Amino acid sequence: MQEFKVPELGENVSQGDVAKILVKVGDTIAREQPVLELETDKATIEVPSSVAGVVKDIRVKQGDKVQVGSVILTVDENGAGAGAPKAAEQAKQGEPAKPAREQEPQPEQRPDQKVVSMPRPPSPAPQASARQGQPEAPRAGGLAAPKPTSEARAGGPAALKLTPEARAEAGPAAPASPSVRRLAREIGVDVNEVHGSGPDGRISQEDVKEHARRILSSVSTTLTRGSGEPATSVPLPDFEKWGPIERQPMSNIRRKTAEHLSHAWTTIPHVTQFAKADITPMEELRAKFRKQVEEAGGNLTVTAVLVKVLAAAVKPFPQFNASLDAGNNAIIYKKYVNVGVAVDTEYGLLVPVIRNADQKNITQIAVEMHQLSEKARAKKLSLDEMSGGGISISNLGGIGGTYFTPIVNWPEVAILGVSRGIVEPVWRAEKFEPRQLLPLSLSYDHRVIDGADAMRFLRWVVEAIEQPFLLSLLG
Amino acid sequence: MARDTTQLAVLGAGPGGYAAAFYAADLGMQVTLVDEEKNPGGVCLYRGCIPSKALLHVAKVMDEARHASAWGVSFGEPKVDLNKLRAFKQSVVDKLTGGVGQVARMRKVKFIQGRATLAGPKSMKIAGAGGDTELQFEHCILATGSSPTRVPSLALDSPRIMDSTSGLELPDVPKSLLVVGGGYIGLELGTVYATLGSKVSVVEMTAGLLPGADRDLVSVLQKRLETLFSKIMLNTKVVKVAEEKNGIRVTFEPGGPDDRRGGPSGPPSDELFDRVLIAVGRRPNSKIPGLETTGVKVDAKGFIETDGQRRTAEPTIFAIGDVAGEPMLAHKASHEARVAVEAIQGHRAVFEPLAIPAVVFTDPEIAWTGLTEAQAQAEGLDIEVAKFPWAAIGRAITIDRPDGLTKLVLDKKTGRILGVGIAGSGAGELIAEGTLAIEMGVTAEDLKMTIHPHPTLSETLMESAEVFFGQSTHVYKPKRK
Repeated sequence: MQEFKVPELGENVSQGDVAKILVKVGDTIAREQPVLELETDKATIEVPSSVAGVVKDIRVKQGDKVQVGSVILTVDENGAGAGAPKAAEQAKQGEPAKPAREQEPQPEQRPDQKVVSMPRPPSPAPQASARQGQPEAPRAGGLAAPKPTSEARAGGPAALKLTPEARAEAGPAAPASPSVRRLAREIGVDVNEVHGSGPDGRISQEDVKEHARRILSSVSTTLTRGSGEPATSVPLPDFEKWGPIERQPMSNIRRKTAEHLSHAWTTIPHVTQFAKADITPMEELRAKFRKQVEEAGGNLTVTAVLVKVLAAAVKPFPQFNASLDAGNNAIIYKKYVNVGVAVDTEYGLLVPVIRNADQKNITQIAVEMHQLSEKARAKKLSLDEMSGGGISISNLGGIGGTYFTPIVNWPEVAILGVSRGIVEPVWRAEKFEPRQLLPLSLSYDHRVIDGADAMRFLRWVVEAIEQPFLLSLLG
Repeated sequence: MARDTTQLAVLGAGPGGYAAAFYAADLGMQVTLVDEEKNPGGVCLYRGCIPSKALLHVAKVMDEARHASAWGVSFGEPKVDLNKLRAFKQSVVDKLTGGVGQVARMRKVKFIQGRATLAGPKSMKIAGAGGDTELQFEHCILATGSSPTRVPSLALDSPRIMDSTSGLELPDVPKSLLVVGGGYIGLELGTVYATLGSKVSVVEMTAGLLPGADRDLVSVLQKRLETLFSKIMLNTKVVKVAEEKNGIRVTFEPGGPDDRRGGPSGPPSDELFDRVLIAVGRRPNSKIPGLETTGVKVDAKGFIETDGQRRTAEPTIFAIGDVAGEPMLAHKASHEARVAVEAIQGHRAVFEPLAIPAVVFTDPEIAWTGLTEAQAQAEGLDIEVAKFPWAAIGRAITIDRPDGLTKLVLDKKTGRILGVGIAGSGAGELIAEGTLAIEMGVTAEDLKMTIHPHPTLSETLMESAEVFFGQSTHVYKPKRK
């Protein structure tokens, strides 16, 4: 019998909601076969099985919150034919069991505990779910722990009716005593987020204080909570006083976007500068080569060209492909060029990343962008495909508008906003000529980038757009 | 009309209301406590928990005295002086309510005996014994409690029909008594009357006694009740009551909501009883005069709606205790009182206990806290249940009460204790350890490694934890071998 557990999902993702279960008890599954759809904070991902065999037992159901390392299903590997030995072997070395427990000094004197896990060598890469310092200690029982703390079990026949305002989202009860829970509440810490240093992840007062200190030092200025609302938020008025309203919970993507953007907005001193680029020659070229790119499977969009332009522009301006490590007074310059492209989907804003854009030609970029945006709209983007960007583009030109002030996609330091190109009279060689001009808005982190450099960077971008030859000449 | 102002007005002086008033006073607030009785105490002290426990204690002593003949000690048939028994019960009530009243005075809590009518979110009018008062308050806590549910079809203006309040008055020891409702109130009072000499029958509409408790615990009690009571009718409805010259004629119809066959499953029958005690539940006292002048909202079941801090839809007004929701238990009210007072003081207090103990003071007692096994199963949780039968513990044998069971509901993976259930003599005193264990996030291992005094019934908790590991000293589990 083999257990399949939630594998590592991606950076900073330790849990997700089960959106769909793709197999049922009795199914024979192969390795790499998707068994589960998980809705994480960032996207819905299909989780491929790392084991093969006949599904004996499915331990989760739709809507469950699962943590990295919790058991999804068990299979009987003997039913799996040829795939079985391999799966068994893999499980032996890579079983990502009880992540946090193994990290903690395991007292020897527990010979009687049923669930004792012998110290194992560190798990191999993809499954290594135990990360130092991450609050992944199994909450008492993980999935099986008691339901919301708000619904205390009581002797009475009916469940307790309760809508605690301090705990919007119910989860398994954290192993913390009442006084510790009170301390957490008083200082505004969600006790369920605290990593317990005691036996079985039990949370002490010191753990809560340590957690609070960590929050305060990592978020330099503002303490944020929930959907990026500052901790000292002013209560909302009763909107129903003025008419009917409808209250909808934020989706995971919306919530994450809200958190991410308020963090970016409150930590980064933003400046936005504007310029217009004459895209008349570029539009001619786009029309000329459109077919060719289409045959390769992409769309020769303005964005595709701009990805290439940005990838080239960060070479002479490395501070635009950098991140600020404010805590250590350092600037991190990236030796690779990954460009994020904001994609508008019905689920919300997603930012897939074109990796090593500097090493790809425009056709390759166009094809890749086409694939990524298809995936984004189908909610199939992997977290990997959305992380690691160095600079981003947000193109609203398809919709309209002249200029806007995009928010830098932290921890990046710059973002290029693109609006709709319009034909304007331009004074050229003693007369007005109709030229198509593209409004560009460059927002940047003023802590890392000076205004003059930003203007030079934007000039560089504009010139590269206006004279595509420069890309080959300098890029 | 006298005018007065106060920082905190507390309406209702039961274990929720007076706990709130005292705590607020201790925190330095100026407090006015309003109740219709002469002293604080509420239903719990005047006509609930306390008088019933005084009577149940007497019943237990009588029962033990009777049973002593098996140990070679005979007292003869007990003679019951009802007047004296009532006086004892009354003295208990007077002592406690008087004591609480005195503590209120010492804390400088202003106690007004009277009936209050709310007049907007910041004031109330009190028609009191010593004249009317108009009281302006900054905050108010509603702690008006609950009353016995009246069933219209059983409403009969007859002294032979009793509710828990009149039942506790102990008007006489009827030859035959029908208890309508197999909940804790009916079973507790039924026990008192049966021990005093009444032929007690219990009728319950659902399939089992004490709905909400785990069946294995209930079955321990039911075995004993079947000898104490003359009849226990489950899945049975009372369809008619009519007064006759010699008593109340009650018509029963078999087939309750849990009966799979649906509808009446047999012909109606009837029987004559000297008295009938209606104990079918309690209903929140949310019809507070003047409530409509505030923004307070009442839900479909009649409970006042509150948030986690026990604040109602009217920001200056809080509600706690029975009137604010299930479970309707005194100790839940007292805890909510502290949450509400702290919230009024601006703390981020929230009512979020992991466990609320419930105790049925029958003999044997049944007590449980946290998650029941049935709830865990209904929610599909991955649990393990560890049970320890009292027949295997020394203390239970020495008191000749081996009819008991201690069980733990545990998280299968971590061994964390999620629920505790106990049936047996003194279970109510034992359950507190279970509640503390749940609140502290204790695992079976912690409980097992904590030394428990020998010989006591508390050892059953430790041994249950040992059962979880298959290593109980006094229960042999071959599976380990």
